[in-house]
Amino acid sequence: MTHVLDPGTLAAGTRPGPGPGTAFDDVTRSDAALRAFLHGLPGVDQVGAEQRAATLGTRSIKTTAKAWAIDTAISMVDLTTLEGADTPGRVRSLAAKARRPDPADPTAPAVAAVCVYGDLAGVAREALAGTGIRVAAVATAFPSGRASREVKLADVRDAVGNGADEIDMVIDRGAFLSGRYLEVFEEIVAVKEACGGAHLKVILETGELVTYDNARRASWLAMLAGADFVKTSTGKISPAATLPVCLVMLEAVRDFRAATGRQVGVKPAGGIRTTKDAVKHLVLVNETVGADWLSPDWFRLGASSLLNDLLLQRQKLRTGHYSGPDHVSVD
Amino acid sequence: MTDRLAVRKTSKLYLGGAFPRSESGRTYAVTDARGAFLANAAWASRKDARDAVVAARGAFAKWSGATAYNRGQVLYRVAEVMEGRQAQFCEEVAAGEGLSAGRARAVVDAAVDRWVWYAGWTDKLASVLGSANPVAGPFFDFSTPEPTGVVAVLAPQRSSLLGLVSVLAPVLAGGNTAVVVTSRDRPLPAVTLGEVLATSDVPGGVVNLLTGDAGEIGPWLAEHDDVDAIDLTGAPPAQAMELERLAAGSIKRVLRPPAEEPDWSADPGLSRMTPFLETKTVWHPIGL
Repeated sequence: MTHVLDPGTLAAGTRPGPGPGTAFDDVTRSDAALRAFLHGLPGVDQVGAEQRAATLGTRSIKTTAKAWAIDTAISMVDLTTLEGADTPGRVRSLAAKARRPDPADPTAPAVAAVCVYGDLAGVAREALAGTGIRVAAVATAFPSGRASREVKLADVRDAVGNGADEIDMVIDRGAFLSGRYLEVFEEIVAVKEACGGAHLKVILETGELVTYDNARRASWLAMLAGADFVKTSTGKISPAATLPVCLVMLEAVRDFRAATGRQVGVKPAGGIRTTKDAVKHLVLVNETVGADWLSPDWFRLGASSLLNDLLLQRQKLRTGHYSGPDHVSVD
Repeated sequence: MTDRLAVRKTSKLYLGGAFPRSESGRTYAVTDARGAFLANAAWASRKDARDAVVAARGAFAKWSGATAYNRGQVLYRVAEVMEGRQAQFCEEVAAGEGLSAGRARAVVDAAVDRWVWYAGWTDKLASVLGSANPVAGPFFDFSTPEPTGVVAVLAPQRSSLLGLVSVLAPVLAGGNTAVVVTSRDRPLPAVTLGEVLATSDVPGGVVNLLTGDAGEIGPWLAEHDDVDAIDLTGAPPAQAMELERLAAGSIKRVLRPPAEEPDWSADPGLSRMTPFLETKTVWHPIGL
């Protein structure tokens, strides 16, 4: 895919990334300019994207490559619990699992992060102290995003204050779908500011954006506004993370880096339940954006039940016989 | 138009309530007792066995949680539906086992009766095998039989229908779910039995029928951590000891194979149900 902005047009010496002084200042100056830019992005070939994702999904990953893929996938998991019934005890048990996913096998890597609601970020922070595992908190009136700007920003400050290293925000899909792009942009900028030092993941909720074109536009919008990660879904809407939508977002971060020099991470979340799904995503990353993104710093898998399936497959590879759900912890 | 194109059936596996081909894509030729070609059957692989165990585990809660009375009704329904397919079963048993039409008919009738027999047992097991235990304390103490879980069954190699029903029905009667590896050389009655099970109220996944080689799939099932018991009746005799050793790794219940295939028409008794039942004893405090 080519992009309307040639990286060559970047003025020499300009600082890459969004904000004052970048090549994209013009684009985000007004609603009309932003709309013109986003609608000027090349359209996604829907059949082509689905075909490409399906073809990559048929790759056969076996033996040592499979072992590597499983360990890599485990280290990329954002172990998530986002239920109304979450308790501090549940978050602590999840944190214990994040540190040592397979208690019987210390060689299993720890996961990347634990993802909780903002009010429980403090509990997670305490339980994960000194481990290097990050605490991610959802904020901005997750999952619907239906609240005023003040409430959303207060939600973010509260989560950061509770010790969250990463904030997962949702965009205002209503504003996006009705074409008020600048409003969405400004909101992301404001949230990014409220995050302070915390990483910002922007949830596009692609299931509600309906088209791949919208997913591409929303990815660019989030990246222009300063997102550190773009994330597919909240996990509360079906369809959530699908391979084609992940492909579209990966292409967007690839093109964004080519245009600005800034690398943005991708996090598919929701609906990834089996090792096979996770490996398909890793293949997609490697074939679309390359090995630069094959690390927990740049690619995450938002999931809860996926981890157990990864562990079962890991045990199968290690012992040579099939394992069972009695051999992993109950979430 | 008199010359009609033959509509041949593709024999498939019965797995999780559906009829898939083998994941491996393999098939093998099935011949009758005199060596003439009968059909191509799916040749199940270890991954089919793995999928079958997942299906059986998923179905276990519902089947074991059903009332014993309801399980009896469902097993009786299997007999009813089988009765309607009598002619097809007779033909397949006669061809596969080399029996006369009359002998095949007797075998099929016995197989239908065997379902009825075990259907009657479902709600009587607790009375016969359970007990109220006299204990020296203020407790009402009683024991009841509970299903073991997912049972892998290596079905008899010679008796392709009566033998199969005789090993499968007792596993189901107790409330277990089953992964069955059928007779390798005579799988066709099992394929038809799968179609009977699919249309007779047995929930999908409770019975999974894999046509193929017990010698190939047996070790994977014996070692599988999520299989709770294994019936080695149809295991290759030279391999039985090794399978038992593999099963010990996950502390499975093992039903050892008989020295040679028994006469399946004999009264079965309880001997094939009790190995796949666990005894649960409850101590209930009474008035202080």
